[in-house]
Amino acid sequence: MDKVTNILMVGVGGQGVILASEIVAEVMMRAGFDVKKNEVHGMAQRGGSVNSHVRFGSKVYSPVIKKGEVDILLSFEQLETMRYLDFLKEDSIILVNNQKIVPPSVTFGTDEYPVNIPELLAERYPKFVLVDALNAAREAGSIKVVNIAFIGFLSRYFDIDVGIWQNTISSMLPPKIVELNLRVFAIGREKNYSLLASP
Amino acid sequence: MKVLLSGNEAIARGAYEAGVKVATAYPGTPSTEILENVINYKGIYAEWSPNEKVALEVGIGAAIAGRRALVAMKHVGVNVAADPLFTASYTGVRGGLVIVTADDPEMHSSQNEQDNRNYAKFAKIPMLEPSDSQEAKDFVKLAFEISERFDTPVMLRTTTRISHSKSIVEQSEPQRQSVEGKLEKQPEKFVMLPQNARIRHPIVEERVGRLAAFAENFEKNEIEMQDTSFGVIASGACYQYAKESFPEQSFLKLGMVYPLPIEMIRKFASQVTKLYVFEELDPFFEEQIKSFGIEVTGKDIFPLCGEFNPSIAEEGIRRSSRKEGKKPLITSLPPRPPNMCPGCPHRGVFYTLKKHKVFVTGDIGCYTLGALSPLNAMDTCICMGAGIGHAMGIDKALWPEGLGKVVAVIGDSTFLHSGITGILDITYNRGTCTVIILDNRTTAMTGRQEHPGTGYTIRGEETKSVDISTLCSALGVDHVKKVNPYDLEQLDSVLKEEIHRPEASVIIAEAPCVLQRRDKKPLGKPLMVDESKCSGCKTCLQIGCPAIEWRKGENKKGKSFINQVLCVGCDMCAQICKEDAITKENGHNG
Repeated sequence: MDKVTNILMVGVGGQGVILASEIVAEVMMRAGFDVKKNEVHGMAQRGGSVNSHVRFGSKVYSPVIKKGEVDILLSFEQLETMRYLDFLKEDSIILVNNQKIVPPSVTFGTDEYPVNIPELLAERYPKFVLVDALNAAREAGSIKVVNIAFIGFLSRYFDIDVGIWQNTISSMLPPKIVELNLRVFAIGREKNYSLLASP
Repeated sequence: MKVLLSGNEAIARGAYEAGVKVATAYPGTPSTEILENVINYKGIYAEWSPNEKVALEVGIGAAIAGRRALVAMKHVGVNVAADPLFTASYTGVRGGLVIVTADDPEMHSSQNEQDNRNYAKFAKIPMLEPSDSQEAKDFVKLAFEISERFDTPVMLRTTTRISHSKSIVEQSEPQRQSVEGKLEKQPEKFVMLPQNARIRHPIVEERVGRLAAFAENFEKNEIEMQDTSFGVIASGACYQYAKESFPEQSFLKLGMVYPLPIEMIRKFASQVTKLYVFEELDPFFEEQIKSFGIEVTGKDIFPLCGEFNPSIAEEGIRRSSRKEGKKPLITSLPPRPPNMCPGCPHRGVFYTLKKHKVFVTGDIGCYTLGALSPLNAMDTCICMGAGIGHAMGIDKALWPEGLGKVVAVIGDSTFLHSGITGILDITYNRGTCTVIILDNRTTAMTGRQEHPGTGYTIRGEETKSVDISTLCSALGVDHVKKVNPYDLEQLDSVLKEEIHRPEASVIIAEAPCVLQRRDKKPLGKPLMVDESKCSGCKTCLQIGCPAIEWRKGENKKGKSFINQVLCVGCDMCAQICKEDAITKENGHNG
């Protein structure tokens, strides 16, 4: 049996993590794979921690990824990355969006936002990349489409026809924002927005 | 056509393909999206019912009329609907009746993690449990067939990981339903007077026997013989977890989790060297299997509490634990819990309750977040509607010293779900409680569904809307006051007056949820902190607004800043600032 590929997508409620994972899962189905995608939603999640598991291959059983078996971690926020290190293995590809969203305990002054997260990750994991998806989105014309910029970046890691990505994005988003999203996807996919990578 | 559907979307599709005529529910995670998706299909009457008991009663009515009905709820919703459930088992159905129970192992969004497989055994009705979205859709159709063939309600159980996971589903077109709608009097079947119920009970017992025989050959109870060094019995998400960890082993996958196919299990047990039952929560299969004298290992090695995953299967069976990972890069991470939104109308109420140092009896909704720091202003949360009864109990237990020390809070949707009878108890039995109804015009926690107070149906059609104030007056409350929850001074004075009054009173804090889809009006412009005035006293942090950020200064006291993207201008922080440092202009952007 072929190996299943495990993508874990994490971030903060409101960043578009779930939509991004919906698109990736749909792309994999259209590319001919068996797919399972899972996340927990329900509680007032605005501003809360969010994670979504996408698994694809010739046959997928569990909807959740086993600890230590993530192939690609796509993290939309620096601090959130650190909650999922148990899911990583030595050679996991770790793509982190260079954005910090301050959690309540930091806002209220009882905790501090950890420093040097990218440096710590780069030192331990050989396949770490810090991505400036926010800037990619800004270049396309809207900072609201960071998630699509980021999956544009992710798309480089798969040998899947770019047309499938484009068609999926076009069919899953409202028509009036399709053009903007295709533009930001292309920027994310083609331009160099990596800020820091493992030595 | 192949599509990627969540378990809940697949159940809605299954209802459509099965020719369901009536679908009802009260919102509850992880079940909510079932009805939200049912409305995508024409020809199905769908409703948000006031509560799960009504939802089931409507479903039973449709089934009595010979039509297929689907009723959906979360696991604790079945507790509310249990009364009609147990007797509908006696009456049976005409049109098929399927009740979806969406359980929540791990309590991702629930107050307990009860295992609703027990309801099937308790109510003596069959239960199916799908293990992915394809099965979720297919099992709805099978459940209706079983319901009509065996004249019984059927339960379909999902768990959060089935309801909210997406997987590939092959869709098909609707089938003709087998039973036509008509009304026919049949009191011996539907009027459960003792003399009729005594005749129906043996029919129920005999039905369980016939269902057990049916289970032996049911196509969705499947034996997968491979390596026989050990075999695993599992259902639902647990099957997928165990299969992930042990794809080469033999499995007995149960699609019907009650009644059990005991001969099939005996045969499977005889073909494997060792037998495991891998089931989340209660030893539901294990106890039954053991009662038939079959040796099996289950809860000796697998946990009773919480959700399973593939690692738990592996570690239990291999008797090993995962080797310790590397030491964490950062030892303590600041948590990121759910929080009331910036501008949430509940915030000021909890801030005021905290100020008055009252004991707050509450229940289920976004407002339960009022229990979290820094508001810390909810002291009980047990079930929907419960806070009103608790306040009455405390009132009577501590009378007269308790006067002015307890306040019940309840949301609008929750009040209409199960708070009305609590108010009735207070007025009838001369309680002196104060109840605050947090009326934000929606069922917020589950994603803003309509309810009988919003004026709209599930399909967005205009309808009557109950007037909560008039309703409370009709229940006998002499002191019903409406307040603007954004006006902290008004909240404070009304609360002070009502809690000390030795009579029942209701305060309706009326303002729409800030996420409300309809009537979405901006509250105001984002506010700013005038740095020259901010004394760094941290008072504004006490309302727990995510938009207010504390920043330590260099060599000096810290100050508050307001995040201009998050702030919606509700003005509550400005009202509590002692230095008038929070303003609409001239401030410092955060």
